[in-house]
Order: sequence, then structure tokens, then C-alpha cells
Amino acid sequence: MTELDLLYSEVEEDLRSAVRAVLADRCPPQAVLARCEGPEPQDTGLWRTLAQELGVVALQVPEALGGAGASLRETAVVLEELGRACAPVPFLGSAVLATTVLLAAGDRAAGEWPALCAGGRTAALAVPLSTAPDAPFPLGVRADAAGALTGAVGSVADVPVAGLLIVPADGPAGPGLYAVDAADVTVTARGSLDLTRPLADVRLDGAPGRLLVGPDQAEAVLWEALLTGAGLLASEQLGLAEWCLATTVAYLRERRQFGRVVGSFQALKHRLADLWLDIAGARAAARAAADALSTGSADAAVLVAVAASHCGAVAVRAAEEAVQLHGGIGMTWEHPVHLYLKRAKADQLALGTPGRHRASLATLAELPAPGHGRLPRLPHV
Amino acid sequence: MTTADELITLTAELLAAHDPAATDPLEFLRARFDAGLAWVHFPPGLGGLGAPRALQAVVDAELAAAGAPDNDPRRIGIGLGMAAPTILRYGTEEQKRRFLRPLWTGEEVWCQLFSEPGAGSDLAALATRAVRDGDGPDAGWTVDGQKVWTSSAHLARWAILLARTDPDVPKHQGISYFVCDMTDPGVDVRPLRQLTGEAEFNEVFLTGVRIPDAHRLGAVGEGWQIAQTTLNNERVAIGGQRTPREGGLIGILAETWRRHPELRTHELHQRLLQGWTDAEVLRLTGERLRQQLAVGQPGPEGAAAKLAFARLAQELTGLEVELLAEQGLGYGDWTMSRPELVDFTGRDAGYRYLRAKGNSIEGGSSEILRNIIAERVLGLPAEARSDKDVPWKESAR
Ligand SMILES: Cc1cc2nc3c(=O)[nH]c(=O)nc-3n(C[C@H](O)[C@H](O)[C@H](O)COP(=O)(O)OP(=O)(O)OC[C@H]3O[C@@H](n4cnc5c(N)ncnc54)[C@H](O)[C@@H]3O)c2cc1C
Repeated sequence: MTELDLLYSEVEEDLRSAVRAVLADRCPPQAVLARCEGPEPQDTGLWRTLAQELGVVALQVPEALGGAGASLRETAVVLEELGRACAPVPFLGSAVLATTVLLAAGDRAAGEWPALCAGGRTAALAVPLSTAPDAPFPLGVRADAAGALTGAVGSVADVPVAGLLIVPADGPAGPGLYAVDAADVTVTARGSLDLTRPLADVRLDGAPGRLLVGPDQAEAVLWEALLTGAGLLASEQLGLAEWCLATTVAYLRERRQFGRVVGSFQALKHRLADLWLDIAGARAAARAAADALSTGSADAAVLVAVAASHCGAVAVRAAEEAVQLHGGIGMTWEHPVHLYLKRAKADQLALGTPGRHRASLATLAELPAPGHGRLPRLPHV
Repeated sequence: MTTADELITLTAELLAAHDPAATDPLEFLRARFDAGLAWVHFPPGLGGLGAPRALQAVVDAELAAAGAPDNDPRRIGIGLGMAAPTILRYGTEEQKRRFLRPLWTGEEVWCQLFSEPGAGSDLAALATRAVRDGDGPDAGWTVDGQKVWTSSAHLARWAILLARTDPDVPKHQGISYFVCDMTDPGVDVRPLRQLTGEAEFNEVFLTGVRIPDAHRLGAVGEGWQIAQTTLNNERVAIGGQRTPREGGLIGILAETWRRHPELRTHELHQRLLQGWTDAEVLRLTGERLRQQLAVGQPGPEGAAAKLAFARLAQELTGLEVELLAEQGLGYGDWTMSRPELVDFTGRDAGYRYLRAKGNSIEGGSSEILRNIIAERVLGLPAEARSDKDVPWKESAR
């Protein structure tokens, strides 16, 4: 095992400040809340700013292709800030999931980069957002010999604004990953638990597809994209949890009941101390996953499973504590904490639940479930 | 500033001059101390070289690879983890030279005379008195009082001791910090049996014990501030050990799981996987803390590491007893013994389960550590106190 670097570099801290400044200006919680109810829940204007002013929508895309040539560690820092702001942009779907596939596709994806890097177009990976990295290759879409795709995929994230879809499909020679223009498919928006990350169902009726990754590589590339997504999502969960804790602490230091500041009650102090402790763990785990993914470490799968299971649960607990400890106001539509609760709960299901990630550790860490060895037989009654 | 390469050279020189295979282990440890390779971040002449703390790992790895003796078997955490950093920071030159070397080699064991029957979590309420006798070079202190839960007092040559030197000021101000010679007349150590069956800690009665003024650490009345250094180091010592993946308790549990398919149930499997991830998260958190310390950004994670460690140790040891089923019902030996070490890995599961209960009490209970995190990290209001500004002798006890 190589040494992990679990700290933030100066470059990463600078990137964080730049992203945070733009988000503070462009998407304060009240603005996010207002947008969610409008016709355009995702903020494409903000996306273009992130692309053109900060270059963060194509962070790990090599400079030769028009990206920033950074590593997944920096992408993770951006996700922390997007999580802290609950920002309604298709970063996970486009900059992480789809981009990982497109980078693996090499020359076949060359034509896509100019529009993607400039922020004029976004991409989405057409799998249900709940798909775990070790899930079997999805076979709900079939490709014919001419590359026409037919089938359906439900609950895909970041589709409504996407111009390009990456579709896993079962072709004549086996599984493949295809590029499909969003204009050629039917997208039906779904109600989504997470107001800031809309979901949609995608139907393909002979949509023209272009093979990006063929049968020899498709499963591995999809696995890598989902693993990268799950590992980096932990950073979004970390940022989200930190916002919830900070906002709650600030509130409890002001709010008075029984003649004293509510935050002086030990029952609450202890709960928040425990939450802080779990978040300290989340930071270490999320950094470990990002670092291992960016160096292509053989240990990445284990560290992603650890980060995804820990951070997913911590983010939900942070958001649930935030709602509870804000009392009645936490239950209102007006207070933004519900946006974080919804994001946290949806994130917990996204790319594999904590339980699912722990289960994959059973194999990775050689901790087999019962039945994978001799079990005593029950006596017949 | 010493580099890793320089340390590797110095380590090689030490090994060349003192072949581990042919040298008495104690002699080797003394030579290692004198070479500045004991704790490289300590000053030259005191077992170190003033090098970055993170480089100790380099030396340790070289020495381990060469089969050099470690002070581990004699490692009683209080000396290394608590007394040493406190003496280094507050001791006089003479005190540092007298105490640090035999402490590090394990020739002299230390214990901590802090807690009292009436003062545990509220340590500053302590009642043991130290009264000054005389002036000039022979000046000293006469100490009377009772201490309790004193780990290793039966093995110790020296103790770090807190005693009240001024009862007329508020409780935090009237305390002083001493080094107490455990072989002096008036020191009476009585075993206190604990729930594991053995007597790892003791009651210590101090009756007219005379401590020379030269064995006072820091200024008179400064004891409470100095004790903070000891307590902070205690937390890092308990919770901050560096472990490889699956090191310590989770490793024992995982091995049992692998070797015994017949013991597995689905419910235990879920808890095992949860415990495994918790252990890995804690390991990474500790690693991150060390990396932060190495670049000089100390965080408040010392208290956090200890709190998290206690929680995890209790979770894992409880699970292990359940997993073992029939065997978990047994217990090695209830005969009272006087152990030299707390041995978490060399004993059976029942012992581990019971001993881990102390992890959330010793060195600051989990409740106190949560208060510390809430107040010092999150900035929430301090607990209400009625005795803060009252002279100690008038406070309700
Ligand atoms: C195995 C072991 C070894 C030890 N070794 C040593 C040693 O070598 N030297 C030494 O000096 N001491 C030693 N101790 C003592 C240890 O430091 C004390 O036991 C500890 O600080 C708690 O004090 P107490 O036992 O008086 O409990 P108390 O302070 O009486 O606490 C009782 C309970 O009340 C809780 N409580 C107290 N105050 C608060 C508060 N403000 N808010 C919320 N809850 C609170 C505590 O958490 C605890 O649950 C050892 C203890 C153990 C268990």
C-alpha cells in the first residue's frame, strides 16, 4: 500500500476558495430553493460560469483536450463545495460519471470535448442513479448491428439538461457503451426526492448510437465510472454534512429557551460532538478515497467502499440532526435545511447504499458471509 | 533540521557500533537514547535530535528491520505518553537529565497520582495537600492525601503528582505539580482489584511524604496548566496509536471470523462489516491527524481520537464475545494478579470485553471529552459552574 495523502494542498485550498466564492454569490440557499420550484431546476447559467471562469467542469480532462488537466483530488474538493451549497448543477452526472467514460473512450470521444469543456453542453450516464459499482452490467437497452438503440432506463440523474447521453447497451457482440444525442431519445421527468438533482426516465426507440467502448472494455469502464462516482460522492456528502453541522451550531448558539442558550444543554452538546467526530472520520475517508482513485491505487475499491458507506450515513445523520435541532423552523419549506436532507437521503441511495458498499467489503476484505463455509445442519423436526 | 537520509545514516552507525544480536538489550536502548534516536523530535542530549516528529517512523522501521530491541515490552504508557512530554516542557535542565533516559529505556516506571476519591472528572477539586517546610536549599514539601485508580503504582519508581498548595484561592489556582519518589517513606500502595479480576490499579495513601523542592515541576500554583499538557498527551497516547489496516482489535475479530465459518450468522456479519469500516475510518482519521501534525497544523483531534477509540473498542470486543458463542462464555482466570501491562491482544475475548469498559472512563471519560469537543471545537457554551471563583476551602465538596 502506498502512503495516502490525506491533506489538502495549497492548490486545492485555492480552488476551494474560488469555487466557494462563486457559489456564495450565485447560489445562496434561498436562491436554490426558489429555483427548485421553477421550470428549470438546474442552473445552466451557473454551470457555464463554473466552466468558463473556473474551468472546473472539465477538471480531470487533459489540457490537450481543453480541460484543466487536474486530478480527481481536485474534483473531489469541488464536490465538497457543491455539496456545501447543495448546488443544482449536473456535476456528478456530467463532470464525474460521463467524463470518466469519455476519457476511457479515447479517440472515439474526441469530438465531444470542445462543447463539454466550454460548458455549452453537459453529458449524463444513462444508468439508474442507484446503481452500485459492483452491480451487473445493465441489459435494459439493446443495440443492433447498425448501432440503433432500443429500450428504457429509469431514474437517470442530470438528464434534463444533458445534450449527450452515454448509454450502456447489449449489442450483437456483447455489452458496449454508446454515445447518443439527447434529441434522439424520449426523456420523461420524474418527481425526485432530491429537488436539486432531478431524475428522468429515458426511452430509446431505435435511437442512433455511436460505440464509445466495445465489449472487451465496457464492463470495466462502467465499473470504473461508477466506482469513481461513488468515491467522489463521499466528498459531496462531506461538504453537505459540514454545512449542516455549522448551520446547526450557529443556530443553537443564538436560540434561547428556558432562559439560556439552547446550545448550552449538554444533551445537545454531546450529540453535536458525536456528529463532529463522525464528520472528522468522513473527511479522512473521503480524502483517502479521492487520493486512491487519483493515483489509480489497487486499494481504491476498498477505500471507496469505506468512504461511501461511512460518508453516506454521516451526511444523512447530519441533515436529520439539523432538521431536529432547528425545531419547528427546521420543518418548514422556507428554511433550506430540507434541501440538504433530501440531497443527503438521495445521495445515500446513489451509486450504492452504505449497506451495499459494506457488503462489497465482504469480498474485498475477505470477510465472507455465512454459507460461504460449512454451516451446521439443522436437525429435522 | 535533520533529514530522513541523515537519520538512516545515524541509525546504521548505531547498529554498526552495537550489533543487536550481540548487545544486551538494555545497553542497546541506552546507546540508542544517547544517539538521539529514541524520540527524534526531542532536543539533542535528551534522546532526540530536534528533528521533525514524523521522521521517527523512519528510524523505527530501520531498527525493526535490523532486529533491534524495542522498549516495547517494558513500555508502560504513563512514562512515555504523559510524564515525558510534561517534563520536557516544564522541567528544569536537571530534571530532564535525571528523568528522561531511564524513563525511555524502561529502567524506571512511572505512574500518575492525579485522581482522588473525591476528584475524578472534576480533577481540580483534589484535596491532597502539600505544605511547604523551610527555606533555602533544603526546602521541601510535606504531602498528605489519598489517591485512587493509580495504574502501575506497584511497579513505579516515580509518580507525577498533583497536590493543593493553596486552599485559599479558587480551585484551579492553588494546585502544584510534583515528581514523587514512590520508594519514599509514607507512600503506601494497596492493590485495588478491578472487574477483570486483576489489580492493575491501586489506592495510594500519602502520609507525611517529603518531596524536595527540586522535584517540583513548574511554578507553585501552576499545576493545573501543566496538568493540561499531561492530559492532552494522555488522550493522544490512548487514542492516537498508529496501526496498519486490520491492526489491533479488528484484526483479532476478522481472523476469528475467517477461521470459524461455523460461527457466522447474518446478523453478526452485518455488525462485523460495520465494525470493519468503523475501524478503517478511525485508522484513516488518525493517519490524517498525524499528517496534519507533521506539517504543523495541530487539530483538536486528540480528544476525538480517544473518544472514537473507546467507542470502537467497546463495540468490537462486545461483538467478539458474541461471535465466539460457547467459547465466549468462558473466562481465562479470575485469580487476582498484578499485571505489568495492559495486554489487549494477548488475552482472551472476555478479558478484552471487560477491560475495554475502562477505555471510556480512564484518561477523561467519554462524557468529559464530548464536553471538550462541544466547547473548544464547536464553540458551544461551557457547562454551568458554581465553584469557579470561590476559594477552594469554601467550595461545596
Ligand atoms: C482503568 C483505569 C485506569 C486509571 N488509571 C489512572 C491513573 O493511573 N492515574 C489516575 O490519576 N487516574 C486513573 N484513572 C482514573 C480516571 O482518570 C477517572 O476514573 C476518570 O477521570 C473519571 O473520574 P471518576 O472515576 O471520579 O468518575 P466521576 O467523575 O465521578 O464520574 C462519574 C460519571 O459521571 C460522568 N460525569 C462526570 N462529570 C460530568 C459532567 N460534567 N458532564 C457529564 N457527565 C459527567 C462521568 O463521565 C462518569 O460517567 C483510571 C481509571 C480507570 C478506569
